[in-house]
Amino acid sequence: MDTVSYLNDGHDIKSWLLTKDHKRIALLYLVSITAFFAIGGLFAMFIRLELLTPAGDLLSSETYNKMFTMHGVVMVFFFLIPSIPAVLGNFLIPIMIGAKDLAFPRINLISWYIYILGGAFTMASALSGGVDTGWTFYTPYSTAAANSHVITAALGVFITGFSSILTGLNFIVTIHRMRAPGLTWFRLPLFVWAHYATSLIMILGTPVVAITVLLVAAERVLHMGIFDPALGGDPVLFQHLFWFYSHPAVYIMILPAMGVISEIVQAFSRKNIFGYSFIAFSSLAIAVIGFLVWGHHLFIAGQSVYAGLIFSFISFLVAIPSAIKTFNWTATIYKGSVSFQSPMLYALGFVGLFTIGGLTGLFLSAMGLDIHVHDTYFVVAHFHYIMVGGAIMGYLGGLHYWWPKITGRLYAEGWAKVAAIMVFVGFNLTFFPQFIAGYLGMPRRYHEYPPELQVWNVMSSAGASILAAGYLLPLIYLTYSMFAGEKSAADPWGAKGLEWEIPSPPPTSNFGATPIITEGTHQYVPSGEVGIV
Amino acid sequence: MFTNLPFFPQQASAQAAQVDAIYFFMVAVTAFFSLLIAVLVVVFAIKYRRRSEEEIGVAIHGSLALELMWTFIPLGIAMVMFAWGAKVFLDLYRPPAGAMEIFIVGKQWMWKAQHADGQREINELHVPIGRPVKLVMGSEDVIHSYYIPAFRVKADVVPGRYNSLWFTATKPGRYRLFCAEYCGTRHSGMVGWITAMEPADYQAWLAGGPAAASPIASGEKLFTDLACNTCHQQGAQARGPALAGLFGKTIELQGGGTAVFDEAFIRESIVNPQAKVAAGFQPIMPTFQGLVTEEQLLQLIAYVRSLGQQAAAGTTPPGS
Repeated sequence: MDTVSYLNDGHDIKSWLLTKDHKRIALLYLVSITAFFAIGGLFAMFIRLELLTPAGDLLSSETYNKMFTMHGVVMVFFFLIPSIPAVLGNFLIPIMIGAKDLAFPRINLISWYIYILGGAFTMASALSGGVDTGWTFYTPYSTAAANSHVITAALGVFITGFSSILTGLNFIVTIHRMRAPGLTWFRLPLFVWAHYATSLIMILGTPVVAITVLLVAAERVLHMGIFDPALGGDPVLFQHLFWFYSHPAVYIMILPAMGVISEIVQAFSRKNIFGYSFIAFSSLAIAVIGFLVWGHHLFIAGQSVYAGLIFSFISFLVAIPSAIKTFNWTATIYKGSVSFQSPMLYALGFVGLFTIGGLTGLFLSAMGLDIHVHDTYFVVAHFHYIMVGGAIMGYLGGLHYWWPKITGRLYAEGWAKVAAIMVFVGFNLTFFPQFIAGYLGMPRRYHEYPPELQVWNVMSSAGASILAAGYLLPLIYLTYSMFAGEKSAADPWGAKGLEWEIPSPPPTSNFGATPIITEGTHQYVPSGEVGIV
Repeated sequence: MFTNLPFFPQQASAQAAQVDAIYFFMVAVTAFFSLLIAVLVVVFAIKYRRRSEEEIGVAIHGSLALELMWTFIPLGIAMVMFAWGAKVFLDLYRPPAGAMEIFIVGKQWMWKAQHADGQREINELHVPIGRPVKLVMGSEDVIHSYYIPAFRVKADVVPGRYNSLWFTATKPGRYRLFCAEYCGTRHSGMVGWITAMEPADYQAWLAGGPAAASPIASGEKLFTDLACNTCHQQGAQARGPALAGLFGKTIELQGGGTAVFDEAFIRESIVNPQAKVAAGFQPIMPTFQGLVTEEQLLQLIAYVRSLGQQAAAGTTPPGS
């Protein structure tokens, strides 16, 4: 090897498993979340195969219920939540702020081990027979009725929560304390702003879900009356505690994706973002307001009507910062120099899908309409538009954008374009029909369903197979490129940003000398020349 | 296999059109903004596509006017949606006075119903059209949710409390009933049918079933069998409060505070009597948890409530 990069700075297993380099830890996460994504996807495949026909003919009801439970648990807690922050955030935040590493490199490594330990519990629960409560663990079913492996799965979620908390803490301290000279808050890349907002949710929200699943375990094992009315508890209390974290958790997934999209749209339009401070503050607004909307999951659960009215009102408010971001991305493309490389295809797809996902969220915030669509496939379609159409599109876009930086190699751009288009088409075919099935009344978590709804389910399953192929392709060409891809230049896109000024792959210490920052990112017009406003 | 492609559920209740109106409004708004964004993105991306490798975009930093526009226009639309959605919810939440009541008990994995005159059914519900029907619902085990898509109504059925929903069926027919809250292995089997009938047909159907005691009559018998009446009687020596005329009133509690004497209060007082003790009485009532089923609780509540109506109106309770 000609130059020493973080990749060839030590080759033995120990140099990887005991590394304190944020870039290597990011790769550890990359490999692990990819494995969990594959497992979660496998569960989804069984769900879609079963739902090809109205009768429950492939799996037993018990097995089917375990499939959707494990799909949810694995995808939410072990793929979506860590995906962008733990892989791309870990890799890029120190580089983007001109630092050598995160503030606490050892804690960063520990958080990966905690994540793996939590994952091991969840896998143990799956292998020993599975859990059938749904990823929402609603009481009193989870504490009094379910006789599957609830405790093991709950512990898995509990443990992995600490990984999330530590990562969030690490990011916040790093962003506050380790910015290079001259890198003021309003020169930070929007990716960093998005991760700052995400980290706030991680450290404030995650402890609540950790306590909640611990209480579920306590009620199950010790029969403490917390949620089960037969023991003097209140089952709706669980829903309040659970959604206090789990609604903001959706913003943990989507905010980093929004950060990725802000970077990609600028890089592939060769243009600075339109309305920088509006995008930056809208991330914080989403993080803060997002904590006050959890009650929209409880409109028909017996929650007070007045509480419902307030939650509905705030839920409409939280949509506004997302709308602001969408309009600003669109305006950024205006008068840009737009290229259609694969990261940009994902970003453009994201904008479209996220718009639909966000707007259909309003249907669920409107109390009178939520009565009908609550707990139907309309909800399933909506949150997949956000989590898959939004968060995963953002993750894949980011992975493609920074792949040459991470690995120092280029991938097959033609295949990447094909995959991006397949994911977009397959995604829409999978999830759009579910809006219609949902409004027709198809409840979620149904092993068997009325025959008149089959046509929408067949479409959905057909789409899922295209989507699966669209996800398999990157696995193949990216893996190939890692070992045999053409070497990448430091800046293969002609993009602006600190990460593109250092070699690909970066050296272990990122920067030879601490950079001095004089302007924000993505300033394509040389300073001195005034742009048209 | 797919002879007809269903796009839209049938409207079979007075509420359905109200819910669908806001749905269509929101579909229109969604379609408009999704298309607006899609068209702008595609047009800009193609119009300003990169024409040479070195080309860069024009530096535009933003526009306060535009930011304000796309903050406040969506905010205004969102507030309309909020107000409209809240109004529909409140309309669907408050049953009109005089709605016909039917008791529903959910358990893994069936729906039990009992009509005011005692008629029972499982996974079926017969209702007359043109008359508001209120379902008072409890659960024997876990959370369920009573969902009739054709009526656009749904409410969670939560153990330990009573939730209710109401509707006025408008079209005779058979409509699907689903459990919408995941409740375990056979969740997707916890389904049934709602049969909406002409009022005369409904009366005939009620008369056709086996004779059964009304919930009020069953409750009265339980009230005696469980010896509730030995303490809950009129007179100064009564060890428990007399219950006639109490329903719907606010009562004083031992140690200060008040509570509304409603279904939930009666239920709690039976299964957990020490939770709220009426002022002026000793906390001597034993718990009846495990001694009465959810259905019997509903019957006791029906009876206690009828005591109120008898006292107030001086008439015999309906259905007896």
